[in-house]
Amino acid sequence: MNIMLDAAMIDDFFVRALLAGIGLALMAGPLGCFVIWKRMAYFGDTLAHGALLGIALGLLFELHLELSVFLVCTLIAITLFLLQRRASISSDALLGILAHASLAIGLVVLSLMTWIRVDLMGLLFGDILAVSQRDLAIIAGTLISVSAILFVTWRSLFAATVSRELAEAEGLKPQRAEIIFMLLIASVIAVAIKIVGVLLITSLLIIPAATARRMSTSPGQMMMLSSIVGVCAVILGLTGSLNLDTPSGPSIVVASVTLFLFSMTPIAHRIQNVLKGE
Amino acid sequence: MSQKELIRLTNAGYQTTDRWLVRDVSLTVNQGEIVTLIGPNGSGKSTTAKMALGILKPTSGEAFCARGLKVSYVPQKLMIDWTLPLDVDHFFRLTSKPSIQAQHRAIEATGIGHLLNQELRSLSGGEFQRVLIARAIAREPDLLVLDEPVQGVDFSGENELYQLIGAIRDDLNCGILMISHDLHVVMAKTDQVICLNGHVCCSGTPVSVSQTDEFQALFGLRGHADIALYQHHHDHQHTADGSIAHEHHAGCSHD
Repeated sequence: MNIMLDAAMIDDFFVRALLAGIGLALMAGPLGCFVIWKRMAYFGDTLAHGALLGIALGLLFELHLELSVFLVCTLIAITLFLLQRRASISSDALLGILAHASLAIGLVVLSLMTWIRVDLMGLLFGDILAVSQRDLAIIAGTLISVSAILFVTWRSLFAATVSRELAEAEGLKPQRAEIIFMLLIASVIAVAIKIVGVLLITSLLIIPAATARRMSTSPGQMMMLSSIVGVCAVILGLTGSLNLDTPSGPSIVVASVTLFLFSMTPIAHRIQNVLKGE
Repeated sequence: MSQKELIRLTNAGYQTTDRWLVRDVSLTVNQGEIVTLIGPNGSGKSTTAKMALGILKPTSGEAFCARGLKVSYVPQKLMIDWTLPLDVDHFFRLTSKPSIQAQHRAIEATGIGHLLNQELRSLSGGEFQRVLIARAIAREPDLLVLDEPVQGVDFSGENELYQLIGAIRDDLNCGILMISHDLHVVMAKTDQVICLNGHVCCSGTPVSVSQTDEFQALFGLRGHADIALYQHHHDHQHTADGSIAHEHHAGCSHD
């Protein structure tokens, strides 16, 4: 750990990517649990696809990329929220339309901006060379705010997850909690692009959470384990990415899927029994 | 003892895009009072309860709720996803952390002590129902709303739960709004029965089971001090599709 804190080392691109990935995994853990509890995996995916549109618009209007991604994701979330109430179309079709519409518009806008050279592969699949000191600061700030907000809204968000009506009846304002949750997801997506890329962000949310499920006996435990699994996947994936010269996003996803498969074996059951005994 | 008004619906109705689920319902639940809603499937019982709870905003009429009212709700259905590891003990702390004594009393009263470390998903229908009720009363609410609380519970368990609900009212002096799955059998301690079928068909007080011979003949095995019979006095009839049939009487000029 001392080595990591060494200022000279933070200059190293790999350590920066590692720190960024760990920060990302720590916040993706608990949020990912909510995503699978609420059956919102496809929702997360739609927002992630929208991130590319955010980047395109950010480049076009010369905005901070994280900020424009966050804004576009929020806009898509609100659109979904409103359309789901009115439209007669099913919500998974709606998600599919919005996901691919925003991805396609994003790609078209990027290709029209001939004066900007964009590393499309990097945007879609992540690029560990891209993490700057400034990105690290943004991830650290996001990690702190996401954790704090989650801590404060935890009870109403969790109650709304179990039963929206129960939460509403007992005065917990589930709708407010759900809007806050969407904003949290949007901010995680905004900071995750450089590490895992647009197409694979949701896997960072759901695979560690699904892995943790088989080992945990309570919601809090599952969120913690999910973060730990995510951190392991990031360390394994980025190391593999560096040594094998593979794109960072897919490498992290392969690592987390490996951990997930491991959780299907009887060993995970043993871990659960140990955790129960505590 | 002053009877504080807890919730009140005044001519409340709820309309979805294509139809009215329920119309013109007026009801009041006072402190220490048990109100039972009965009616066939799709008659708007749950919708009425949800309007009273503030989950649904009435499309017409008004819903009033006393300030700072502490509500506990036992919903009709609660699906727990496989991905959610939630045991009974954690479930008690879902919307608020009950005091240790209150939680203890609720566990004892519902007899679910042996289930505390079980995951909710692994419970049987009857056990789950008891856990839902236990969680609701551990909050020590001012108003308890129960949507078909005895569903999936066997006959003796049903009597026991009615006894328990009566005891809760006496202990906490709370108001209780209960939806019954049975059209004719209600809890004996009910102060008021409201029969719904898209609107209020009739309302009144139940007749104690022990007072009606025909009921005892019919349901002799179930005859118990905790359940009662409710006699309907409708001034109209419903056709099979639920619409109100016009009754022909002497003054009718058409055929």
